[in-house]
Amino acid sequence: METAPHHDEAVAPELAELGLTEKPDGPAAAAMLAAGIGVFLLGLLTTLAAASPSLNDWLRSWEWGRGVGPLAGKTTVAVIGWLLAWVVLHLVWRRSNPNLRTVFTIAVIFGLLGAIGTFPTFFEAFASE
Amino acid sequence: MELATRETWAVIHGLILGTIYLLAFSGGLAELWSLHPGWESLQGVRRRFRRLYVGATTMAVTAWLTVITGTWIVYPWYREPLAVQGEDPSAGCQELTLPDPETCSPRDFLLSNVRGETEAWHTFGMEWKEHVAWAAPILATAAAFIVLYYGPRLISRPWLRAVVIVMFVAAFAAAAVAGAFGAFITKVAPIS
Repeated sequence: METAPHHDEAVAPELAELGLTEKPDGPAAAAMLAAGIGVFLLGLLTTLAAASPSLNDWLRSWEWGRGVGPLAGKTTVAVIGWLLAWVVLHLVWRRSNPNLRTVFTIAVIFGLLGAIGTFPTFFEAFASE
Repeated sequence: MELATRETWAVIHGLILGTIYLLAFSGGLAELWSLHPGWESLQGVRRRFRRLYVGATTMAVTAWLTVITGTWIVYPWYREPLAVQGEDPSAGCQELTLPDPETCSPRDFLLSNVRGETEAWHTFGMEWKEHVAWAAPILATAAAFIVLYYGPRLISRPWLRAVVIVMFVAAFAAAAVAGAFGAFITKVAPIS
C-alpha cells in the first residue's frame, strides 16, 4: 500500500517558509488503526464478559481489591491491547506510506463494532442466565 | 459551602475535568475547521498551531484523567453493595429518598426502585456510560498524535484534516454520552 508523495507547499505556499520535511504516513496510520482496535477490544470484552461468567471473574481480578469490578479488567486489557497494537503497527509502518484511506476505513469499522459492543441493549443480549 | 471527600471527587471527575475537556474540544474543533490554505501568514500559522497543539493535548490528557478518576475513585463508591440483607438485595434502601453512604449506595438505590422507576438509570445509563467513556481518551490521544505529527501539513491535506475532525468528534460523542448520563444519575442518586 503506497500513497503518492505530498506537495504541501504547492497547495499551501505559506508552508514553504517553515522548511517542513516530508514525513511518512505510517505513524499516523498506526495511530488510527490502533485506536480502532482499542475501541473494538473495549466492546468485545464488554460483550464477552456478559456472556461468560468465568471471563467476567477474570476481568474482576484486575480490580486489585478497589471495588471496581469487571470494568477494571475490561478497560485495562483494552488499553493494554490498544498500546500494544500501536507500538507494533508503528514499528512495522514507521518508514512506509500505507494508504491512509484504507487504514482509516478499517479503523472506523473496528471502532463502530466496538461502540456497538459497549451498548447495553447489545451486550445484555448475550448475558448468561 | 462545604463538600465531603466523595462529593469533591465527583465534582473533579464530572464538572471540572468535563468542563476543561469541553473547552479543549471546542477550541480544537474550531481551529481544525478553519484551517485553509492561504488564509494565514507564517506567523499566524505558527500561533494557530501552538494553540492547536495545546488544545489537542489538553483534550487527550483530560479525557484520561476523567476516565481514571471516574473508574478507580468515584465508581467504587457508586457500586458498593451496601443494601443486601439476607435474601433482600435492596433492604438497606427501603423508605429512602436518596442513597445513604452507610446502607444504600447509588447503585443499590437505582436498582431498588424505591423512588419510582429508577432501575434503567443503572442497567442502561451507567452500564453504557462506564464502558463507552473509555473510547474518548483512546480516540482523543490518536487525534492529538496526528495533529502533533503532521502539524502545519494539515493545512494542505483536507482529507486528513477531516479524519482528525472525525476522531475529535467521535471522542467528544463518547464523552458526551458518559457526561450526560453521569449528570442525570448524579441528580437521581448522588454520591455522598
